[in-house]
Amino acid sequence: MVAAVLAESVAGDAKIVVKKFSVHYGAYTALSGVNLAVARNEIFSIVGPANAGKTSFLRVLNRMDALTSGMRYEGTVRFDGHDIRKWRNLYALRRRIGVVFPLPVGLPLSVFDNVAMAPRLRGVRHRDELEEIVERCLRRAALWGEVKDRLTALGSLLSGGQQQRLTIARALSQDPELLLLDEFSIAIDPVTTMKIEDVLLELKKEMTIIMVTNLVQQARRISDRMAFFHKGRCVEVGETAAMFDGDVRDEQTLDYLRGRFG
Amino acid sequence: MRSTTQTQAPDARGVAWYLDKAMAYLVFGAGVSAILLIVGIFVFITKEGVGFVWDTVDLGQFFGSPAWRPTSDTPQYGALALIAGTASVTGLAMLIAVPFSLGAAIYIAEFAGGTQREALKILIELLAAIPSVVWGFIGLSVLNPLIIEWFDVPVGLGILNAGVILGLMAAPIMTTIAEDALRAVPDGYREAAEAMGATRWQVTWRVVLPGAKNGLTAAILLGVGRGFGETMAVLMASGHAVQLPDGVFDSVRALTATIAAELGETAVGSDHYQALFTLGILLFVVTFAINLTADLVVRGISNKD
Ligand SMILES: Nc1ncnc2c1ncn2[C@@H]1O[C@H](COP(=O)(O)OP(=O)(O)OP(=O)(O)O)[C@@H](O)[C@H]1O
Ligand SMILES: [Mg+2]
Repeated sequence: MVAAVLAESVAGDAKIVVKKFSVHYGAYTALSGVNLAVARNEIFSIVGPANAGKTSFLRVLNRMDALTSGMRYEGTVRFDGHDIRKWRNLYALRRRIGVVFPLPVGLPLSVFDNVAMAPRLRGVRHRDELEEIVERCLRRAALWGEVKDRLTALGSLLSGGQQQRLTIARALSQDPELLLLDEFSIAIDPVTTMKIEDVLLELKKEMTIIMVTNLVQQARRISDRMAFFHKGRCVEVGETAAMFDGDVRDEQTLDYLRGRFG
Repeated sequence: MRSTTQTQAPDARGVAWYLDKAMAYLVFGAGVSAILLIVGIFVFITKEGVGFVWDTVDLGQFFGSPAWRPTSDTPQYGALALIAGTASVTGLAMLIAVPFSLGAAIYIAEFAGGTQREALKILIELLAAIPSVVWGFIGLSVLNPLIIEWFDVPVGLGILNAGVILGLMAAPIMTTIAEDALRAVPDGYREAAEAMGATRWQVTWRVVLPGAKNGLTAAILLGVGRGFGETMAVLMASGHAVQLPDGVFDSVRALTATIAAELGETAVGSDHYQALFTLGILLFVVTFAINLTADLVVRGISNKD
């Protein structure tokens, strides 16, 4: 109920509104009972133990469920007020949403082509323009310094952490309105992670960010609001600062946030 | 409590250890004997042909003259017409087989769904199992009259006929290999591109094909090797006439077909016999080079920058 009320409270300027939402794989329900809203230009984080359904939630937001056999969702998801289930051109929807996967996927193309792919998909042809986009996105992903001399090397041959930043650059090259990050920092060292966190704080002026993270401190550092998922349910949603201060409905949430889970 | 397996000294050897060693030697022996066999074949062919190359024939004539008259009073051993025959038939076959097999492989790997994909794969494997003499028979009895009727030419046996037959023959194997190469591209690549809003075709064109390019090149090269080495179908469909071809309707004779047709009638050790072995060396070297290239390509030598 509280979640529903909260959803209403931001619904006025919400980028994403999710109601009575559940995700299923065949007969198996991976996630249910999700009611939440994500405001424009906020960083919204989702935390929770493994198997909570966090990734499943993100995958529905850009309609990857349509590509996975057996996967479906119930309830409604509104993107800018439009029901994404009724969105006919899913390609157009996905182009507005940048995704960073937990396992970094450097495509078997050059570093340059990896980042230039999304601009090319939307029709950018001029070399100068592509070069400008590639450099800007690689800088934002804190990767430019390391790869500027090897833009023609295969992206899939970069180190794990570099590939992860490459996927971040690639997601940014879409100029997304919504950025979905799924454990974006698991392969990245703490110093670089901090740099990217700073970039995210900059980026939220331009876009809405939803990130799944296993690091509760990361959620605390940069997210405005957060949700706690556990065992396939959305346990609660609230202001990050308030939740860390102990303003929670469910003791489990506080235990998880304080690292006393088990 | 002590377990029943006694603590083993560092150099103790159990049954498993001996079995492992024995298997290692067995596998090593099998591998070495396969290699020895191939080397043996090469040595044999070379031994039979090389004396001829050194002593009798002059290589300028061998590679430069189109006159292959091994049985005339003044025998001539020019292989140019035979090389041209093999090259033209294989070339035409690849023009046909490459687009067909790549198209089929892309459709099966990227677009066809579950049962349709399985059905197509079985069909393609069935096609690949058709014996070459049956293909030759189709060339003789189906394609030959069709070519005569459609193009109003006196003979339907020639480059066109043999090329089409060889192309159809090579396409299923090339499709199978190319499809394997496409399937070997991790799904994560497709998913990442799809998440960016790429359409199915854009995913195929921009991500899957570049990712599979080594395997696809290998598929094409193996097809070329197959075409080079094919004998029976080409013998039946090409018209088997020694000449430098002028157009696709001309009859030609292939290297392989020449060996197959003439070796039975030569006296062992004669010049003619040795000349045929020289053709064999040529074929061996070319197919070896093609297969080696395919192999190196698969290992991604071309990717090292
Ligand atoms: N493609 C799929 N087919 C079937 N079941 C799936 C599929 N993907 C996920 N699941 C199931 O859905 C459940 C939730 O998975 P999900 O990946 O959403 O969890 P998660 O919260 O992201 O976990 P983690 O923190 O480990 O990444 C799991 O039980 C998983 O087995
Ligand atoms: Mg996950």
